[in-house]
Amino acid sequence: MKGEGKSKQKLAVWKFASCDGCQLSLLDCEDEILAVSEAIEIANFPEATRRVLPGPYDLSLVEGSITSQHDAERIRQVRAESEYLITIGACATAGGIQALRNYRDVREMASVVYASPQYLDTLETSTAISDHVPVDFELRGCPVNKQQLLEVILAFLHRRKPNIATHSVCVECKLRGNVCVMTAHGTPCLGPVTQAGCGAICPAYDRGCYGCFGPMETPNTAALTAQWKAMGVSDPDILRAYRSFNGYAEAFKTEAEKHE
Amino acid sequence: MREEPQILQRADFGALFTALQSRGFTVVGPTVVDQAIVYEELDSVEDLPIGWTDEQDAGRYRLRRRDDEALFGYVVGPQSWKQFFHPPHVKLFGASRDREGALRFESSNEETPRFAFLGARSCELHGMAIQDRVFLGSGYVDSEYAGRRENSFTIAVNCGQAGGTCFCTSMNTGPKVDAGIPHDLALTEILDEERHYFVVTVGSEAGRELLSELPTVPAAGPETRAADELVAKTAREMGRTMNPKGVKELLYQNLEHPRWEELADRCLTCANCTMVCPTCFCTTVEDVTDLTGENAERWRRWDSCFTIDFSYLHGGSVRQSAKSRYRQWLTHKFATWQDQFGSSGCVGCGRCITWCPVGIDVTEEIAAIREEP
Repeated sequence: MKGEGKSKQKLAVWKFASCDGCQLSLLDCEDEILAVSEAIEIANFPEATRRVLPGPYDLSLVEGSITSQHDAERIRQVRAESEYLITIGACATAGGIQALRNYRDVREMASVVYASPQYLDTLETSTAISDHVPVDFELRGCPVNKQQLLEVILAFLHRRKPNIATHSVCVECKLRGNVCVMTAHGTPCLGPVTQAGCGAICPAYDRGCYGCFGPMETPNTAALTAQWKAMGVSDPDILRAYRSFNGYAEAFKTEAEKHE
Repeated sequence: MREEPQILQRADFGALFTALQSRGFTVVGPTVVDQAIVYEELDSVEDLPIGWTDEQDAGRYRLRRRDDEALFGYVVGPQSWKQFFHPPHVKLFGASRDREGALRFESSNEETPRFAFLGARSCELHGMAIQDRVFLGSGYVDSEYAGRRENSFTIAVNCGQAGGTCFCTSMNTGPKVDAGIPHDLALTEILDEERHYFVVTVGSEAGRELLSELPTVPAAGPETRAADELVAKTAREMGRTMNPKGVKELLYQNLEHPRWEELADRCLTCANCTMVCPTCFCTTVEDVTDLTGENAERWRRWDSCFTIDFSYLHGGSVRQSAKSRYRQWLTHKFATWQDQFGSSGCVGCGRCITWCPVGIDVTEEIAAIREEP
């Protein structure tokens, strides 16, 4: 493929406040990563290579949330250098687990955790990328599903709509042949209000859904909560279930607040 | 196809597996997986849910031990047989571009499986007959479905008990397997103080041929009476009832009934009801491409009228609200289905009631709509 590099589109992968798990999903595409690098120039991906090419970039994948003033400025720069900007993962699309700080006094927490908190430069909140700049597509998941990540890159390369369903996890359970853990086992499950994409992993292993992919297209959290309560789930447990990886996504945030 | 019923002893049941397998069938039937009775490929009689039953109510299913060793002592599980005729994912075709830039299309040439379905209930046979009208009727034949259906062999089982969400008697689809509904053999399982046997009746020429190979004896009067009484008892034990009288007109006249709004407060729009329904058939089509852009495939997968994308037209989805989606499903199932396919789309199996995570009950909803607002 030598000599074709100049015509290839340029991909950049950016990290903000995050655990790197979503970037690892890209590296985890072991069978496909070489083909990806032949189809698209990996121009800026520090987790994979030290070679960094200057912008502008055709496609930027953004992982992580905005938790500092520096990052709030940096994301504007990334947006300015990118034709398409796609956020990957719960941090970038909903603020992530670190958005739990949004309910606490950050200064007080910092004073407990750090010996010299005066050196910290941090915002009061952890927020999604779309709260700061326009985003072209949001890929959900904590972490993202690598097949979905490839699908989004493929769809971008061929300028077609990505096949990313926004319905419930329940549909994936049924396509896979899982027995419903809520109905047959009495296990509280967030699947009916959570977006598909993981392939219904947890119910396949007898666990309720943890909501890693955030709220589905039309989540009726109130109806699900009523059923959980009938099953004997307490308010603190309902609060904890909704206020996790996607706890600052609007539908989950609103439901959690009812159980404070 | 009237002829004398036969008796197959429980001890000889393995011969049925042998006869099916020797004819090249993959036997599919009930088995216990993850605390439910599901339909999977079976190797032998030992794979059947021996001594298990199920308890069902709205939004609730529990597997329970029976105090006997019945093979078919349960009602119906979360899955229907449609997954074998109308699989959740099907590759429709592939396309590739050659060096000159010409497109080449390849049909999906997977071998059509030969399934023998063991344990299909009367309501489920009616479900298959309804899907036959959808996929094979009106001149538009779905070749994938047609091939799988043509290749199959069906051994039905008359229900020995009714479940908490069953209402087949209301829909006139059971619990007895009528001669008129397509099947090859039908079994009634009898356990009394001393004996465990099956009364077998023939439903087709293929069924007669297979039965001739089994170690059976003609059934005597008391045995066929026991079978008839068991099914009659089941019919009296339905967990739910629904008045199907004029339901089409009822729904057409009540498209703005306040009950729809109230339903929307409870409905999760999760699509479980449509996935478990033995007659729901809707699909979506997805095109996938590889990295080079030279190869593409078109796949079909189950979809549901409860998803937003299902009604997406230029400019957005037509059915945005949960109210409009639930109303679409229920009125299609019980009313417009009649205009479209000549029968109700509901067979009264109760799956949509049991497997709704919040226990919405169609029989209750239709009764509420029947009441004056």
